[in-house]
Amino acid sequence: MTDTTRARPSRRRFLAGAAATGAIASTGFVPTRFAIGGQAPVKVGILLPYSGTYASLGEAITNGMKMRIEQAGGTLGGRPVEYIAIDSEASPPQAPRHTKKLVIKDQVDFLVGPVHSGVALAMAQVVAGRDKPIMIIPNAGANALTRGQCARNIFRASFSNWQTCYPCGQVMADDGHKTVVTMTWKYAAGNEIMAAGTELFKEFGGAVIKDIRVPFPDVEFQAHLSEIAALKPDAVLAFFSGGGAIKFVKDYAAAGLKDSIPLYGPGFLTEGLTEGQGAAAEGIKTTLHYARTLDTPVNRMFLEAYKKAYNKEADVFAVQGFDTGSLLLQAIDATEGDTGADASPAMIEALSAAEVPDSPRGPWRMSEAHNPIMDIYLRQVEGGVNKILGVASRDLEDPATGCKLDT
Amino acid sequence: MTASPAPVLLHLIALALLAAFPWVGGEFYVDLALTLMILALFALSLDLLVGYTGLVSFGHAAFFGLAGYVLAMITPETEPVSLWAALAACLAASAAAALVIGWFSVRTSGIYFIMITLAFAQMLYYFLSESPAFGGSDGLFVNFRPVAAVGDWLLFDLDDPMVFYYFVLATLLAGYALLTTILRAPFGQVLQGIRINEGRTRALGFPTPRYKLVSFVIAGTLAGLAGFLEAVHTGYVSPGHLSWHESGIVLMVVILGGRGTLYGPVLGAFTFGLLRNGLQDVTEHWILFMGLFIVALVLFLPGGIAGLIRRAPKGGSQ
Amino acid sequence: MDLAQFLVQALNGVQYGLLLFLVASGLTLIFGIMGIINLAHGAFYMIGAYLAYWLVGLTDNLFLAILLGIPIAVAVGLVIERLLIARLYDRDHLDQVLLTYGLILILNETQKILWGSDFHGVPVPEMLAGSVPLTENQAYPVYRLFISAVCLGVAAGMWLVIARTRLGMMIRAGASNREMTSALGINIGRVFAIVFALGVALAAFSGMIGAPVSSVYPGMGDRVLIISFVVVVIGGIGSVKGAFIGALLIGLADTFGRVLVPDFASMVIYALMALVLLWRPQGLFGRAP
Repeated sequence: MTDTTRARPSRRRFLAGAAATGAIASTGFVPTRFAIGGQAPVKVGILLPYSGTYASLGEAITNGMKMRIEQAGGTLGGRPVEYIAIDSEASPPQAPRHTKKLVIKDQVDFLVGPVHSGVALAMAQVVAGRDKPIMIIPNAGANALTRGQCARNIFRASFSNWQTCYPCGQVMADDGHKTVVTMTWKYAAGNEIMAAGTELFKEFGGAVIKDIRVPFPDVEFQAHLSEIAALKPDAVLAFFSGGGAIKFVKDYAAAGLKDSIPLYGPGFLTEGLTEGQGAAAEGIKTTLHYARTLDTPVNRMFLEAYKKAYNKEADVFAVQGFDTGSLLLQAIDATEGDTGADASPAMIEALSAAEVPDSPRGPWRMSEAHNPIMDIYLRQVEGGVNKILGVASRDLEDPATGCKLDT
Repeated sequence: MTASPAPVLLHLIALALLAAFPWVGGEFYVDLALTLMILALFALSLDLLVGYTGLVSFGHAAFFGLAGYVLAMITPETEPVSLWAALAACLAASAAAALVIGWFSVRTSGIYFIMITLAFAQMLYYFLSESPAFGGSDGLFVNFRPVAAVGDWLLFDLDDPMVFYYFVLATLLAGYALLTTILRAPFGQVLQGIRINEGRTRALGFPTPRYKLVSFVIAGTLAGLAGFLEAVHTGYVSPGHLSWHESGIVLMVVILGGRGTLYGPVLGAFTFGLLRNGLQDVTEHWILFMGLFIVALVLFLPGGIAGLIRRAPKGGSQ
Repeated sequence: MDLAQFLVQALNGVQYGLLLFLVASGLTLIFGIMGIINLAHGAFYMIGAYLAYWLVGLTDNLFLAILLGIPIAVAVGLVIERLLIARLYDRDHLDQVLLTYGLILILNETQKILWGSDFHGVPVPEMLAGSVPLTENQAYPVYRLFISAVCLGVAAGMWLVIARTRLGMMIRAGASNREMTSALGINIGRVFAIVFALGVALAAFSGMIGAPVSSVYPGMGDRVLIISFVVVVIGGIGSVKGAFIGALLIGLADTFGRVLVPDFASMVIYALMALVLLWRPQGLFGRAP
């Protein structure tokens, strides 16, 4: 498989990591004729961050998606694939322009992106209601994307913010905690995740003593850690991501709070970051739709193949990219490679009923609002890795409040 | 600024090109041109401050973004709002904000003016990004473009891309003409006097703070006009529209094009926009090349792109 | 808030203020003393953090990494000053804005090419890894106290160099009147090159020493850029003492703002800056224009 050159290289970006697969190794070289019977390629537009703080997420998603398509022979519906990637810069003001470029100028058949929820909402404004392209969201978790702003041709392969931490409340209650302080950045994802995480906790009779909100994207936590020490809650529910999560977990432990007040949160707090966090992360319990330690044949194969292809450890974002690839394959198989405007309803129908049995996160299926119905795992950091303690919530489906789809 | 034949001809050619473009450019490029005209208007408004009054604002995106937010707030979820009402509300809001911010800011000068305008813009940015009532960090949608109607009679339909293109072109032209008029008027001469030597202008009996404040309000209102167009265009506003990154980009467009001329910012907007668009097409490391281009431009082309033109036979009034 | 809490938060505020002074120290030199608007300050800070990450990986020792990293930063500073900044001294400030903005883009992309875009942690040196008990259930990390001490050292060093040495005298003279200083036979070009390189080195140094607490990631420079300008401007341009007091003031205001008015926490420092500039348009310790 690796010696055929079916997928054309991206015109805009050639991701260094992708070279390792060999299949896309002919950098910058555009074949003069199409490899397969002169068929036009399927155009996959990618709008992900490749610069700035979120760049590693963009790369992981791209890698995962390309790997999935390579595994299926490097084609979509028997046609070669042309990836057209644009750096979203994680900037909502630039998003409409970028989206229009892919949708109007390049006439992509599928649009994959983004990471950032604000960018996602701006993209949705361009894409919603069109016959082409079909948009697949490989990360952005804003609840609205599959609630009030859901659309016929927009699907999510990742999660809603609500899903990632809804089981947190039960986990904390089960551990016997009665009071909690929540702490996150003062932005939409933080608020949504904390609201979900305390929902069940309150139902079980727990009390939220205080909601601490740190200005986004500030990482100076010291004042708030002193507040927590003074409030003495039973537990702290926290959400930060990336560099902020590394720093928060380290600061929390260095302030001596780790042993007296256990830390909970959505898995982004520790997933893929335990190396940077070191001993400070030990014992933290989180919930997420994935963990690297998930012991299934699919996941083991995925991790191995990813490592081999990109010389890097896969993370949850790579999984979401991988599953995005699976959705692309399912959509185009439903029309046997046809991506014309007439084929759109058939692809949308296929995706609406999609089941993804071979996902590294475990089997999941698409909800009516176009969001994954999936298991959420309870994990705990042990020996520097997120160990799975069990399933915190089976087949969790986002409530999809306010989503009205005509079809 | 005097109407010597060469610049007038160049202006007419540029106008003709922009006016003819929708018939030759593809859908995407027409949309891109439209985006850049809005950026040009935004940059023009800042140039009144930076290039003519000598006030370097690093918070100009506040007015741009604020107008968009006002449009999003007054547009109902299920029906469009009247263009006239929307324009009035958005311009009034950005003018009012500019009056308040300007009233405080014009007391300082130089780098302190840069920082105080940044401070106010950041406060507004955080206020919007942290208030769930205003959509928080995710921003707000504008579900419908405003309707340009007189009574029941639809004057023109902004939902039609061609109509909207010419609407934006006409607005840019109006902004350009307005600034030209202002700068030729005695008021404009005083502003330029302030930039060259504020002390002397004050000594001549002009209350310079008041002149600076009026200049600031005009610039803020015009930025609001650009922000209004942008919100109508994309149907989306976010706190990011008010961020210091956006203020920095528009400031860069003004310097790049050439401050102290009105055609400079327009040229800057198109150069910057087309370069960004083109570089993203050809290389993964487009940011590196953008940076190199900017550095080279500063070193070898002082006075921005307009500096090239000004070095040609002079027809200016200064 | 009881007294114990008040004291703890005051400690947090002072400690944060000292950190801010350190982070802004490079800008205090380049912008405050030399008068160059250096938007690339945050990018230099980020390069420092990445140098720490890279060199700690090689040497396994943060202090050795810093020793190796500083000459690299000085070299980068000298090259940039000679090739680019030196051509702008006679130009409008706005050209410096544009040029250093271009530098941000170049340095950010260079970082990505050299080190990739993953998040990294840098371990706290073994000997400073512990915490000291503060209240019944809160401890204070020794490394933070160490950083505070380093900040005080840097502040004292900067003040001594600028106020008490011949180099400092030349810097002050050159900043207030280039031509005159040059006419006196001082090689002003060389002085400015040294100051710029020192400023870059200080920015990189704060990135290196802060790396164990801040972690290392793309775009981290953006976060320190604006706050550094706020520190220098509140204190008054040209004053090391001003930057120091400005940093402490911001540290305390920010810390107590978070605790006392959480809804407006993110606006507190900007409101403070606006107030200071309205009261004293040249900053707390700036020379009147």
